[in-house]
Amino acid sequence: MSIFNKAPLRNDDDGARRPGAGAPEGAGPEAPVPGSAASRKGSSVSKRKNLGVGSFVLLALGAFVFLFPFYYMFIGSLQTNPDTSVGGAFPSPANITGENYSNINNSIDLLKGLANSGIFTGGVIFFTVVFGLLVGYALAQMQFRGKGFVFGMMLLVQMIPFQLLLIPLYVMIVRDYGLADTYLGMILPFAINSTAVFVFRQYFMQLPSTLFEAARIDGASELRILWQIAIPLVRPAIVTAVLLTFIGPWNEFLWPFLVTKDQAIQPLAVSLANYISNIAATASNPFGAILAGACVLAAPAVALFIFFQRQFISTNIGSSVKG
Amino acid sequence: MSLRSAGGPATGDTAGRTVDQRQAPRKRKNFLGRQPLGLLFSAPYVIFVLGVLAYPLGYAVYISFHQFFFTAPGVQVDRPFVGLDNYITVLSDPEVQRSFANIGVFLVINVPLTVGLSLVLANALNRVTRLKTFFRVSYYVPYVTASVAVVGVWLFLFQQNGLVNAILGPLAPNPSWLTNSWLAMPTVALYVTWKQLGFFILLYLAALQNIPDELYESASMDGGNKWIQFWNITVPGVRSASVLVTLLATITGANLFTEPYLLTGGGGPDGASTSPVFLMYQKGILQGNPDVAAALGVVLVIGVLLIALIQKRLVGGKED
Repeated sequence: MSIFNKAPLRNDDDGARRPGAGAPEGAGPEAPVPGSAASRKGSSVSKRKNLGVGSFVLLALGAFVFLFPFYYMFIGSLQTNPDTSVGGAFPSPANITGENYSNINNSIDLLKGLANSGIFTGGVIFFTVVFGLLVGYALAQMQFRGKGFVFGMMLLVQMIPFQLLLIPLYVMIVRDYGLADTYLGMILPFAINSTAVFVFRQYFMQLPSTLFEAARIDGASELRILWQIAIPLVRPAIVTAVLLTFIGPWNEFLWPFLVTKDQAIQPLAVSLANYISNIAATASNPFGAILAGACVLAAPAVALFIFFQRQFISTNIGSSVKG
Repeated sequence: MSLRSAGGPATGDTAGRTVDQRQAPRKRKNFLGRQPLGLLFSAPYVIFVLGVLAYPLGYAVYISFHQFFFTAPGVQVDRPFVGLDNYITVLSDPEVQRSFANIGVFLVINVPLTVGLSLVLANALNRVTRLKTFFRVSYYVPYVTASVAVVGVWLFLFQQNGLVNAILGPLAPNPSWLTNSWLAMPTVALYVTWKQLGFFILLYLAALQNIPDELYESASMDGGNKWIQFWNITVPGVRSASVLVTLLATITGANLFTEPYLLTGGGGPDGASTSPVFLMYQKGILQGNPDVAAALGVVLVIGVLLIALIQKRLVGGKED
């Protein structure tokens, strides 16, 4: 289902039917009618400029709709008394406080939550990078029996709907293996990100296979080839895979919510959600506290995204285009 | 496991051996491929996929056909085969029917809105030159942010005396958005559209790169205005992206959990915004009926596949 597999354009396009052009149907502008083309081209350029202004206004409006809630999240987290009037959207010095942050920190330990989120996410990234590089390299540069099976599996796995796995994974991990309230129980279902494996394979494929054959003839072991030749050449792939893997577990709510009941081990997303649904009602300024927690949870992902936005955007496109 | 033992011995055969002894390993080496170590390299991933993804997939189907309870680790209990009983329980449950109807409402609002808005915004983004990066980043920020965090702001914005109602003034709905049984699900759909849109805009942006500029140039030479160009060049040009976008939006809708759990306080008001996955959690884990929940999961996945097939027919057009 590749996007690049563009649907063929129909021949009844306005553009393709030009009486008098004498060219076969579908001919492009390479064979324009002389004379008239120049003047028309001029008008088309100005038309495009007008379009640009309209598009710009539309995009600016869109950007406001997308960014305003984040701005409002931050402003709300600083308000002593929640001001929900239109004026409340502007910061007023009399109504600013850091109290909400200490309030939420008293109910749920923010640092602990961040650390738990970090361990959960870090674990997933660690397994993905270590085992993903191994299998990615094997799929790209090694010939072995069952390679087609492994490759097919990697593609198919990405289509398995998580909701179908919810109950059996819960039965297995929480009930059978007794991994409730452990980091391993949280990490296990996400341990190796198949999309990252695919990214690794794609990068290793781009390296010339003669490079590896030469190293093999020189007697280097596969592990040494991977570590000393292949990995240094695909550093960007590792950045890409880490970014791509990061947002999944960092933002994941459902699975760690099912696995952890003990607050000492809950990722921030889970403890904040529990605060929203159970504790907030009893707080003096519940929204202030919720929004303060939300800012702390959102900040690392947003900061990382803005810093690495180029890689983020290209990876997500690359991984979804392959379909 | 067998993969690991098969890959092992073949690696050590560089040690000096007599000609006769070498014959056998070499044959095996050819049988396993030129670099049998590849099997060892793939083993952790293969074990992960089989153990954590493939096995549970089969297990889900098994659970759905048996009477199943949660037990302590190591306890053996009888789990009789019950045929389609769990499926009958699921399909005749009015709560489940309600949740599927809710997803229907969700999809009717979310999918057209997602496809329309992301295509229009991607098209606009493709034309401007200034602040392009800024726009791309701002559309993408909600997508990379944890839903739990953004839900907090939406609760704040859409509460009874929140900013949205303050702006609407006398037009504000009563009861308010998230507590109104007619508006709860549409508000959830709107929220998800907003959150996911950036990702779909980027998908369309990639698809738009593949439409040759000459098509637009020749169309405008023939006096085709921007609407004609949009409908006759852009829309057909990104058709396969549209199939992907509708499919992914549908899958997102079927997976809905965090939003009904937090935004509408557990599928409220009165079940007006429950989702199938929320019911799986409620029935399977809170009420201890994993068999019914597993059957619900199977029904849900089959439903998504059917909808995806229909959508592919509708959106994909006659070409495929």
